Amino acid sequence: MRRAALPYAVAMPPETEGAPLVLEQVTRRFKIGKRVVAALDSVSATTAPGLVIGLIGPDGAGKTTLMRLIAGLLRADSGAIRVFGTDVAAAPLKVQGMIAYMPQRFGLYEDLSVQENLDLYADLQGVAPEARATRYGELLHMTGLAAFTTRLAGKLSGGMKQKLGLACTLIQPPRLLLLDEPTVGVDPVSRRELWAIVDHLVRGQGMSVLLSTAYLDEAERCDEVLLLHEGKLIGAGKPSQFTQAMAGRSFQVRAANMSKRALQGALSRLPGVTDAIIQGAAVRMVLDAGIHPGIVRESGLTDAVITPAPPRFEDRFIDLLKAKAAAAAIAPTTSAKPAVAARAPAAQPGMEIQVSHLLKRFGDFCAVDDISFTVARGEIFGLLGANGAGKSTTFRMLCGLLPATSGSLRVGSFNLRTAAATARGRLGYMAQKFSLYGDLSVLQNLRFFSAAYGLTGAKRNARIDWALREFELAPMRDATSRDLPLGFKQRMALACALMHEPDVLFLDEPTSGVDPLARREFWQRINALADSGVTVLVTTHFMDEAEYCDRLVIMGQGKVLAEGTSESLKSACRDETHPDPSMEDAFVALIEADTARSAAPVGAA
Amino acid sequence: MKAGMLMRLRGLIRKESLQILRDPSSIAIAFLLPAILLLLFGYGVSLDAKHVALGIVVEQPSAAAASFTAQFSNSPYFAPRNFPNAAAAQTALSHETIEGFVWLRADFARRLAAGKSPDIGVYVDGINANNARLVENYVQQSWADWITSQADLAGASNPLPINVEPRIWFNPAVSSRDYLVPGLIAVIMTLTGALLTALVIAREWERGTMEALMVTRVSMHEILISKVVPYFLLGMGGMAVSVTIAVFLFGVPLYGSLLVLTLAAGLFMLASLGMGLLISTIAKNQFVAGQIAIITTFLPAFILSGFIFDIGSMPAPIRVITHIVAARYFVSILQSLFLAGTVWPVIWPNLLALLLMAIFFLGVARLAARKRLD
Amino acid sequence: MPRRVLALIIKEFLAILRDAKSRMVLIGPPLIQLVVFGYAASFDLNHVPFAVYDQDRSVAAQDLVAHFTGSRAFTEVASLKSDHEIKSLINSRQVEMVLVIDPRFSRDLLTGKAAPVQVIVDGRNSNTALLILGYANTIIADYSQQWAATHGLPSPPAQLDPRALFNPNLDSHWFIIPGIVALLTQVVTLLVVGLSVAREREAGTFDQILVTPMRPLDILLGKSIPGLIIGLAEGSVIVLATVFWFQVPLHGGLAPLYLGLLLFVLANTGIGLMISSLAATQQQALLGAFLFMVPSIILSGFATPISNMPVIVQNLTWLNPMRYALVIIRRSFLEHPSFTSLLAQYLPMAALALVSLAAAGWLFRKRAV
Repeated sequence: MRRAALPYAVAMPPETEGAPLVLEQVTRRFKIGKRVVAALDSVSATTAPGLVIGLIGPDGAGKTTLMRLIAGLLRADSGAIRVFGTDVAAAPLKVQGMIAYMPQRFGLYEDLSVQENLDLYADLQGVAPEARATRYGELLHMTGLAAFTTRLAGKLSGGMKQKLGLACTLIQPPRLLLLDEPTVGVDPVSRRELWAIVDHLVRGQGMSVLLSTAYLDEAERCDEVLLLHEGKLIGAGKPSQFTQAMAGRSFQVRAANMSKRALQGALSRLPGVTDAIIQGAAVRMVLDAGIHPGIVRESGLTDAVITPAPPRFEDRFIDLLKAKAAAAAIAPTTSAKPAVAARAPAAQPGMEIQVSHLLKRFGDFCAVDDISFTVARGEIFGLLGANGAGKSTTFRMLCGLLPATSGSLRVGSFNLRTAAATARGRLGYMAQKFSLYGDLSVLQNLRFFSAAYGLTGAKRNARIDWALREFELAPMRDATSRDLPLGFKQRMALACALMHEPDVLFLDEPTSGVDPLARREFWQRINALADSGVTVLVTTHFMDEAEYCDRLVIMGQGKVLAEGTSESLKSACRDETHPDPSMEDAFVALIEADTARSAAPVGAA
Repeated sequence: MKAGMLMRLRGLIRKESLQILRDPSSIAIAFLLPAILLLLFGYGVSLDAKHVALGIVVEQPSAAAASFTAQFSNSPYFAPRNFPNAAAAQTALSHETIEGFVWLRADFARRLAAGKSPDIGVYVDGINANNARLVENYVQQSWADWITSQADLAGASNPLPINVEPRIWFNPAVSSRDYLVPGLIAVIMTLTGALLTALVIAREWERGTMEALMVTRVSMHEILISKVVPYFLLGMGGMAVSVTIAVFLFGVPLYGSLLVLTLAAGLFMLASLGMGLLISTIAKNQFVAGQIAIITTFLPAFILSGFIFDIGSMPAPIRVITHIVAARYFVSILQSLFLAGTVWPVIWPNLLALLLMAIFFLGVARLAARKRLD
Repeated sequence: MPRRVLALIIKEFLAILRDAKSRMVLIGPPLIQLVVFGYAASFDLNHVPFAVYDQDRSVAAQDLVAHFTGSRAFTEVASLKSDHEIKSLINSRQVEMVLVIDPRFSRDLLTGKAAPVQVIVDGRNSNTALLILGYANTIIADYSQQWAATHGLPSPPAQLDPRALFNPNLDSHWFIIPGIVALLTQVVTLLVVGLSVAREREAGTFDQILVTPMRPLDILLGKSIPGLIIGLAEGSVIVLATVFWFQVPLHGGLAPLYLGLLLFVLANTGIGLMISSLAATQQQALLGAFLFMVPSIILSGFATPISNMPVIVQNLTWLNPMRYALVIIRRSFLEHPSFTSLLAQYLPMAALALVSLAAAGWLFRKRAV
């Protein structure tokens, strides 16, 4: 076998026998449909003990496959994996005795109580009965679950499930802890608590932790990072090494007489700009190496105010991906065309969403408790909240999928509680997980949705052609959509939602799991739509995406906790501990204040 | 090491039992479906033709005709209805309001008196062949009785040269419930053993809990044992409940030994569990596992076990297939134990076959189960 | 909007035919069931093993035995010397019947007394037992008549002239196999339709459809027409197999048969859609379909006559579409039914179809979360 040079020798002592994890040229392929896809493509790395190693990459990067390979649940096609010097393929049981592994969805039995789950894993890990009481005490204290030992795991909130899953894997302290996407689907408060536990384990007990995540902002909390993309290791090292490479390249740009979207569009079309994204009222810009920020003014944006901003991990990731794309001579997908000039601005004025005193009860449980807000035409409006905060319920009522218990809901001139089917012809809807017909090809999906929205004849063909062209789906038109990469699925879902040129677009968690480049491209299209007068309502749990919204509401326990622009929400929580709060800080502060007000814990979704 | 294994097994078995108690779909398959089946078969299904709606056409009333038709009105097997002519009776037959009719033509009494042996028309609805045959037999029986009684009255010798004495052993009342209900126990145990077991393991795969189990120090046979033990007990519990219902609610006799019944049920349960475990290693989602379990275990237990349809009368290739259906052996043991007693010549070979099938399926399931995801 | 409905129908077919699992539901189980039911499910007796305990050993007795061995229904497997052999043979299920010929058999026969013959049958399967007894009676009656004729005895004062209408040979395949047409049509329609909405709900695509301008009626049509077409296609395949492979005559012609099938598939489509609308997952839909199907088959008259059931259960069967379908299909195969004579079957089935489809349409929108 051809032996490629080890691409990333993470700073390590030459003696690797005791290293928690050694990966040598690990390759693993899967068959998806008729294609053979390399989930991992000669990945090599060595990690040091007593650290938190972040395994970072978007969905489909190969994180879970690598976790499973290390845990001995899968076999590599080639290459070797050693855990503390023991080869996993040769002695899986010995390795399984040294590690603990928390799979996605936490591996909990939902119909067992917290205590019963702990008992089961204590039995499985051979914890002596006399040692249990103290160990349970420690773990329950650490996870804050002591008050809930008799509750069924299925009835816990996402964050509590995650902590219980962690407690179960930790009953017998392992030497190497594997956590597969522990922070997915968990609100920012719970994410912070999880990180506190992980820090405690590593600093206090010298445990080694390998943690995978799709959230790039979590990289900065790791000691070291392995950056995966499409099965390849594209970077490894300390997070500071990644951000240092970007030193002096990131800026905040404001322009007084220009909308933020126009500014962002102009900047992203500028040669030499790696990345430009909306952040609140300003645009965050990353320049290519060696480019001076002066190019912005030179390009004609004379009134732009440019201030340096601290580099972020994500900047480096984008930089690496762009470099890779350029090397492969592929036009970067964030081709800066003014994406979807889908329609002429709607003629009738006041096309907007009005929600007043909306209430939804499920039995005794009040999922949405008397909320009111309005959205102006052409606005991008965000709906944020933890799991169970009521944002999905609100969203479903807005789309007409769920009847409201009371209150009024108007979209444009229609009352959605009573509106006829024609009213829905004005709406576009993109569901979570990009739910399209997985068994149908791309073209068949487009055909179906165009007909479902009542398009016929030449008009329909024209729109299908438009979708194939505009969303660059033509090469994939006959592929079965289930087998498409996530980014394609997302584009296709948006194309289907736009077939009928809707006035209002509903987006439910539109970018979860897709890689940052696809996310940027996606938001570019949404920005263009908003500019052309389409009203966009979006739910998200990515805090940085909240920055793309013109205005947003944060929900908690069925109520609106705060409403405003991202700037106003952030400045509202500015204090001495957070002189420059992030969106996440603002969110956490609001939730904590709300939780403090009501003693009852947040229920499950 | 030994203590560790016992601790792990105890933990797993406790977990499995708690899950059974808390999962509504387990309860549905383990208790609701069996209850529905038992009630349907106990009360709803009967192959015994009783109160057969029989049309009587007497074109010319006479004493002879009356004595003949009295045979039917006095029999528990018939619920006779009179029709003025054959055409009306035939219409009723094709509307399925009667299942057959007896037609005494106008010249019946005259020919009888003249010793000219008149024909008695017997028409049955042949669409349900089985039922038609039973009706025909009942009519024939009534006819023979009538002839014998006529001869007795006249003091003449019996014109029927042969007197048939039927003896039905083990089930003298020929109640179909007495043979359907015991056989049903095999079907019910298949539901828990194969279908439920396959579904719960598939569910562990779907929910990702199997993955979490596999990275602990648990070995594969510990996982398998922990599935076998609770579902074995559940199935045996279902058996006990079914037997109790059969004996006390439906009054089916149980002549054989309870011990042998328990032994046979235990072996059958192990064979079913082996099938269930094997299915779940092939199908890792509940939808496919359910489909395969229904086609390979439930359906054969119904059709190919001799539970309803006679195996001996099936074509040879199908008969060969029935040998790999575990329920076949168990149904045979059940029918003997309930209605005949502990008949060792029937029990031995069938027990042996069940033992071999249990070993085979559990063995193959163990070999097929790997502590890996690929 | 018919065009929207058409798009939904096309999509539905593509989704079913492109998915390996759905294809399996469509092809695998029906094929297996057709073979199993077609060949294994029969109430006819063939080669029933029996033993003879001939205590008379006369020519007449041997002649009687020859009547049994000459019949397709019986196969002689043992000739006994003593009566305790009877018990062990029947107990061990080596024989299902023992023919005991009394030592006085030929003497009584010749002297005109009723000659005793005992027929001992294993009653563990009561249905088989009754059938064996019936066959035996018929054979013995034939023999009696022959004997009476050849020995110049007076014939019995009246003769039975039995005739089975519509199925002269009383072949139970003619009963079971047309029943399979109804059975498999129901299984396939319920599974295809029952899983379709639940699958979309699991994948989230049902929400996608609900937010389009399609009306409940459009969705109802778009979901039920594919079920209708697939159900009818499946039924047609089995009708073909019934006629050409299993050689069951089709006397009544296709018109009454297909009118019945159409209404039957519609009723099942409605029931399947109702199950599907209520179920949140495919798993629940499958369980729901199963819980409906088992009683519906058992209480349909498919294998055992409805008239044998207790009155309460008989009343319950009025709600079972399969009950009507079986009558229509069997009579279409074996009789020449008139339209009016089948009206009593068509009308209740049409009513069931209407009610279930309307309920399904209402349930589409009416479901929480």
